[in-house]
Amino acid sequence: MENKTDILIIDDEKVILDAIQKIVSLDNFSSDACLDVDEALLKLETNTYKLIISDIMMPGKDGFQLLEILRQKKIATPVIITTGFSTLENAVKALYEGAIGFIPKPFTLDELVSIVARGLEYNKIFKNKYSLKARSMDELISYVPCPPKYYRLGFDSWLNNSSEGTIKIGLTDLYLKSINSIQSLDLMKVDEAIYQGGVCAKLTDNNELVHQLLSPASGKIIEINNQLFETNNLLEKDPYFQGWIYRIIPTDIENDKTNLTPCSSDF
Amino acid sequence: MLLFNKIGVKLMIAVSILVILILAVFAYFSIKFQSDILTAEVERHANQLSETIRQSTRFDMLANRREHLHNIINEIGKETSIRNVRVLNKEGEIIYSNLENEIGDMVDKNAESCYVCHAENQPLQKLTIKERTRIFRVNPDSARALGIINPIYNEISCWQADCHAHAKDKTVLGVLDISVSLKDIDETARKSSMSMLIYALIATLLIAIIIRLLVKHLIQKPIRNLVKATNYVAVGNLNYRISSTRKDELGVLANSFDNMTKKIAEMRMQLFQSDKMASMGKLAAGVAHEINNPLTGVLTYSSFLLKRAKDNPEMKADLEVIVRETKRSREIVKGLLDFARQSTPKRGKVEINEVIENALTIVSNQLKINHVELHKEFNKNITQISGDSNQIQQVILNLVVNSIDAIGSKGGTISIKTDQIKLSPYGIAQVRKATCPKGHDLMDEEHKINGRPSIKIKANSGNNEGFIHLDPIYGNHNHHYGIQFKKNEIIKLSCPQCNISLVDENELTPDCNAPAYKIIIPEQGVLKGCTRFGCNWQQWDVVDQSGEKNFVEIIISDTGSGIDNNDLEKIFDPFFSTKGQKGTGLGLSVIWGIVDNHNGKISVDSTLGKGTTFKIDLPV
Repeated sequence: MENKTDILIIDDEKVILDAIQKIVSLDNFSSDACLDVDEALLKLETNTYKLIISDIMMPGKDGFQLLEILRQKKIATPVIITTGFSTLENAVKALYEGAIGFIPKPFTLDELVSIVARGLEYNKIFKNKYSLKARSMDELISYVPCPPKYYRLGFDSWLNNSSEGTIKIGLTDLYLKSINSIQSLDLMKVDEAIYQGGVCAKLTDNNELVHQLLSPASGKIIEINNQLFETNNLLEKDPYFQGWIYRIIPTDIENDKTNLTPCSSDF
Repeated sequence: MLLFNKIGVKLMIAVSILVILILAVFAYFSIKFQSDILTAEVERHANQLSETIRQSTRFDMLANRREHLHNIINEIGKETSIRNVRVLNKEGEIIYSNLENEIGDMVDKNAESCYVCHAENQPLQKLTIKERTRIFRVNPDSARALGIINPIYNEISCWQADCHAHAKDKTVLGVLDISVSLKDIDETARKSSMSMLIYALIATLLIAIIIRLLVKHLIQKPIRNLVKATNYVAVGNLNYRISSTRKDELGVLANSFDNMTKKIAEMRMQLFQSDKMASMGKLAAGVAHEINNPLTGVLTYSSFLLKRAKDNPEMKADLEVIVRETKRSREIVKGLLDFARQSTPKRGKVEINEVIENALTIVSNQLKINHVELHKEFNKNITQISGDSNQIQQVILNLVVNSIDAIGSKGGTISIKTDQIKLSPYGIAQVRKATCPKGHDLMDEEHKINGRPSIKIKANSGNNEGFIHLDPIYGNHNHHYGIQFKKNEIIKLSCPQCNISLVDENELTPDCNAPAYKIIIPEQGVLKGCTRFGCNWQQWDVVDQSGEKNFVEIIISDTGSGIDNNDLEKIFDPFFSTKGQKGTGLGLSVIWGIVDNHNGKISVDSTLGKGTTFKIDLPV
């Protein structure tokens, strides 16, 4: 017996639950709100949601434990993690543990709307191919998985060793598919520093929604792929090779890799 | 330290003993050699004399003129250096002598003069000069004497003489024995050894003094400096440097010590910094979490409202302020986390006027509500300064909000003026390190004047003794006096640690001809000031010479309630607040920190009931 509620929201602060519910209702999405993970798990027993938005620090079980339980229960509903303790470490951990997005508090309406849109797209991709509760990438065929030898940060971005100790970073096909065709790309500049889990690019889609891409590694940008601006749809056509975004000198690649998923495990 | 434990004294004693030993050995051999030469000379002389007597008496003996012989011996015996002249016969009987009373005495054959020949009862006939000589003392306490015997051999003429006193078969007929006093030689030797001893003593003394001086200059002084330095470092003054210019081993040691202290200081600073960062990080994490949740409420609801207020431009503008400022708060919290991660601060070019305008937009409603009239007097040609515009905006915002609070609801005026000025270091430069001539640190981190560590010195007035805390800003005179002084009194100033006087009686100040006090500013010369109570003359040559610098000046003044004079010096202290429950007391201390981070200066001037003026000078 399934209801038609779209989004499950978990946060221990009522004001945030209300705010999120208000915002998603603007786009006519229905939502359920829970004050802790246990309550949410109860709801998940009976309902299937298109998207889950969860805080990290809550009384009882926390957001990471929720991700763990969902994995065990093979519930494929995409999860967006949000937290007031908005460190890069939490962002990286959330994506590594299987969340499809991370949105630090405090967020604006537009930021939330964008990430919710992306979350719902993920759900469509999962659902289109499989109606079963699968979470690992090899079960999804509608997009191109990242090549072996690559490492990825959640479903967001990838990195691959390039020449002379530099690495190239880019975004995954799955991330691209979750965005409704890119209209503009807002990149950082050469010599700027990027941090693992920090925003490294902003993509604006057809609906004027701005999506933030989190970097898979920390380092200094030494080259930007200008081909992206010269060749139409290069990113969409070849996100893993021609469509790389930055070449960087990593600060501590070995440490960064411990927070990444080897793409070889996807095959 | 015990006298005998000192290296100098030890070295002195060791070298002195060595010198004395060497000189003693040298003196012994030298005196012995001298004495031997003299003795040999006397010996030769005595032998010659003996030969002369033998030759000259030969004829008398042959002629057997005993009386004549006697006279000769007596005459010769009168010579002062000759002690005794005598002739013995073969049996040992003294037959002639200048000493009448021993004539006829028998000489023991074992006596010294006979022993050489009669040893082992085997009379020798031919003797070398050495063997015929002997040195003896008549009494143990009398002077030494040298005796020489000269055997008188039998000759043809002897047994053929008329007297027939000697038989033909005798070989030796008698012995001529002369003894000469060695008193003169002994006296010379004694004098020699005496002067040797004196020279040796003088030489030893000189060497000891030279060693003492050398040790003092080459070893003791640098070691004392090193010990002093280690003591400083031990009590935590890691800024102390020996700054030795010496090139020897101790100089190398001093330099290496300086280097070590520098490294320790850096390490401590790093430790301190990381410690601070760690606790700051914990605090930031907590604060971030606590603040971000309510901020989410504000930001989502306001952006939600903004979306719905599309058709209401007036409300839209207000909401945009809320959204913008909440985003700014978000940046501040993020900045806190960034700070905890010690990421680089967001330094950039700051357009001061623009920053002030931004700040004023935020409070424009509040200004209206409190009926505050705003006077803006901006210099449009201000150069950009390097800094964090967010932080500077926070400074302006805080000060304006304070002013609005001070004005209250009854209304008043806030005037904001910006200008570009050149400032002499007088009134700007801050003393951050100060020592007495002996190097004792005078800075008092506990006692702050306008939020800055003060300079603590001891002051005497009559029988009274107490401390003065000097304002660390060169040219500012918010000194704190611990004891009472009479008007125009000349104050005696000294170091609180070593009591060394800080006053130079020879240098008189130009204004009141009073002695000047001098405080050493390490690496930055000397700060001079007047010791007369109430005189504000100060001079800091090094800083004066560095010349004027460009500053951007922001003056924010209000016609509010003003600040009590007693509170004025505390307003920059953390957690000091007059707003009671309304404030945290952190605002002005944070402002002070921001201005200080920009190498700027903030000062306040206030009259109770009239208003307050804050002046901020930021270097271009």
